[in-house]
Amino acid sequence: MGVRLVLLFFTIVVGVYLTVLIANMGGYVDEIRRGEIRERIGAQFATLSPEMRQLSAEERKQLIERMVALEEERLGLNQPFIIRSLRYLEDAITLRLGKAQQIMSDKGSREVKNILLERLPPTLMLWGFSNLILFFITLFAALSLSRRYGSVVDKLIIALTPTSAAPAWFYGLFLILIFAAVLHLLPFGGMVDAPPPDHPLEYALSLAKHLILPTTAVMLSSFFLNTYNWRTFFLIYSSEDYVEMAKAKGLPDQDVERRYILRPTLPTIITNFALMVITLWTGAIILETVFNWPGLGRTLYRAIGHFDVPVIVGSTVIYAYLLAITVFVLDFIYALVDPRVRIGGEGKPV
Amino acid sequence: MMLRNLFQEVRRYPSAVVGIIIIVGLVITAIYAVIAIPYKEAVRLWRGGEDIWYKTPKTAAPAWVNWFRKDRLPETIILNTWEGEIEKTMEQVSEETREVVFSFPIEYSYAYFPNEIAVFFRSLYTEKQPYVALTWLAPDGREIRMFEGAIGRYHRYFVSQDEKLQRRLKGRPPLLGLLSDPQSETLAVLPGRYTLRVRALLFEPNADVDAEFVLYGSVYGWAGTDHRRRDLSIALLWGTPIALMFGLLAALGTTITTMIIAAFGTWFGGWLDEVIQRITEINMVLPILPILIMVGTFYSRSIWVILGVLILLSIFGGSIKTYRAVFLQVKESPYIEAARAYGASDARIIFRYLIPRIVPMLIPQLVILVPAYVFTEAALSVLGLGDPILPTWGKVIDDARVNGALVQGNYYWVLEPAALLMITGMAFSLLGFALDRIFNPRLREL
Repeated sequence: MGVRLVLLFFTIVVGVYLTVLIANMGGYVDEIRRGEIRERIGAQFATLSPEMRQLSAEERKQLIERMVALEEERLGLNQPFIIRSLRYLEDAITLRLGKAQQIMSDKGSREVKNILLERLPPTLMLWGFSNLILFFITLFAALSLSRRYGSVVDKLIIALTPTSAAPAWFYGLFLILIFAAVLHLLPFGGMVDAPPPDHPLEYALSLAKHLILPTTAVMLSSFFLNTYNWRTFFLIYSSEDYVEMAKAKGLPDQDVERRYILRPTLPTIITNFALMVITLWTGAIILETVFNWPGLGRTLYRAIGHFDVPVIVGSTVIYAYLLAITVFVLDFIYALVDPRVRIGGEGKPV
Repeated sequence: MMLRNLFQEVRRYPSAVVGIIIIVGLVITAIYAVIAIPYKEAVRLWRGGEDIWYKTPKTAAPAWVNWFRKDRLPETIILNTWEGEIEKTMEQVSEETREVVFSFPIEYSYAYFPNEIAVFFRSLYTEKQPYVALTWLAPDGREIRMFEGAIGRYHRYFVSQDEKLQRRLKGRPPLLGLLSDPQSETLAVLPGRYTLRVRALLFEPNADVDAEFVLYGSVYGWAGTDHRRRDLSIALLWGTPIALMFGLLAALGTTITTMIIAAFGTWFGGWLDEVIQRITEINMVLPILPILIMVGTFYSRSIWVILGVLILLSIFGGSIKTYRAVFLQVKESPYIEAARAYGASDARIIFRYLIPRIVPMLIPQLVILVPAYVFTEAALSVLGLGDPILPTWGKVIDDARVNGALVQGNYYWVLEPAALLMITGMAFSLLGFALDRIFNPRLREL
């Protein structure tokens, strides 16, 4: 277990450091930053009050230099990049997410933590909601299909599997075209009507209305393939001898399903569920863009556009931790649900 | 022999046949695009401004929308004097002066008025400018005087901006006045054959006048145009080779490299395997799409750079673990032991015995992966990070979205590239899933 923890931690550190390097383009972003600062302060001086204009050119130049230096110090640009990259890493690993350089939360906070937390609920609402529904619907659809494979419905699902080649945002475009542009039934995008309704019930209704299209898009793009995959997976397990045996004994279908099919497949189901849950953190950049949804994905995209390294790194480090914790915890869960697995290498290897 | 068997197997799956037919169609389109519009020409046209695209209407729907309408939308009419369609007659008026006359015949029987009518003049002279006079002849016999005056070497005349003409038409906007019946109260197009007659006086022996007549309709070509008047057919045609190339190269590049790395890792085991495992785990932490966006924003939006980064990030993807599991099984098989016993080298075992075993698993994987990469490229374009030079389907969708095509009802603008993306994705997907069932018969029984 100890080795596993160390390895996972090592993975996080390297992954996060790579992200720091990439998010800074190996230091190149600093150059962009410096240029921006100089330009902004220069522009400030161009429209200054009369008393400032009385300063000589030399004095003004000095003042600009001082202000540039101050601003560079505020952003930590006065230090060499390598040192700063290590500091970024240290801060990230200890989860001191710090302040964003450019973007702000809606409430005006520059804390990365606040920015990300503010954007988490919309993402959970869109991405989390649709993925949860998708996960359970496909699971139940697959179970029921595996019971009667070869039926018309089964063949239909198989035939429709290739439609999953297109991602959710792509189906979103079609849905917007049909239901918003042509039929005027549902909104083009956004999370609630503008201005947002005051009454909580109306607010919820407006939110639900805006959720229909993106959720449908997620379902359309993944339902058939996921159902097909789960169905095939269940079929492999239901052709085992012990399942035949249970059926021969005359156990009711439900019992067979629960004890002999779901039980051994539980670790895989849980793994898939856990990995699905943590991908929610990154949000869905493109789906959120297409539906103009103010979630984490949009914020991350905006942060990249503004070269806002702390936000990018903050989002990544949280994802890395979530992933590592999930992987670690899953080992324990396997042991709980599957008695064949024994932690610490005792018993028979599986 | 094996290939023939495979071919016969594939024929038993209608979905695979459909997929193959579409893919062949796409490949033919791609080859046609590259030959018909050479790369440089495509880039020049796609980046061109009003100087190239002055003849096409803005955001015009494709001409085939008329097949589905009762009242046809006006088509764009382009006529000129230098391609031999319109004849010029020349007459010596006096010693110095000649008169050139030519007319543009316009068959107009649409229910709607055009968006604009323009005449572009080109003239040759050294000092004395030619003098032109335009007359509009309506089917009911009316003759309406239009622009009259001296023109420079290049002169453009837009009918809707002619205020004198508007006064002559009793205040009716020129486009409506020219094409409607003045007697009727309601503004309706008077259908029939119109003529625009141009008379030009030339005052020098070497002088000449040429003109191009453009009636900007609401439909154009088989693909329509975008907000910069560009003919979308260029982007749709050229998007085909780009999408195919991007998808195939990325899928090939990642699956083959991943497979070879997994094979080496499992065969040699030990620290090499350990390192590969660690890299795979680190790669899991890295956010691929944000990194692609960062590369696009900070560094380069070139499709080649994006392709390279995408392959690099995908090599150590999840599939390495799947391959590893298969290789670990194969490694223990007796025939590998036999190979080792006769003294086969490591490389020989890896490439002759290990890798061939995984190929049946790999080929369907590869085909199924193609659409994923094609859509990744489109997704980056939709985020505004498409290749700055090349026309791609994703960029057309992005242009359409940004310029409000959905809100304004220019559905063709989104639907055309989207349909092509969908067809491409479906074709590879259909073939891939069928191949999966052929190569992995265990699935077929289920």
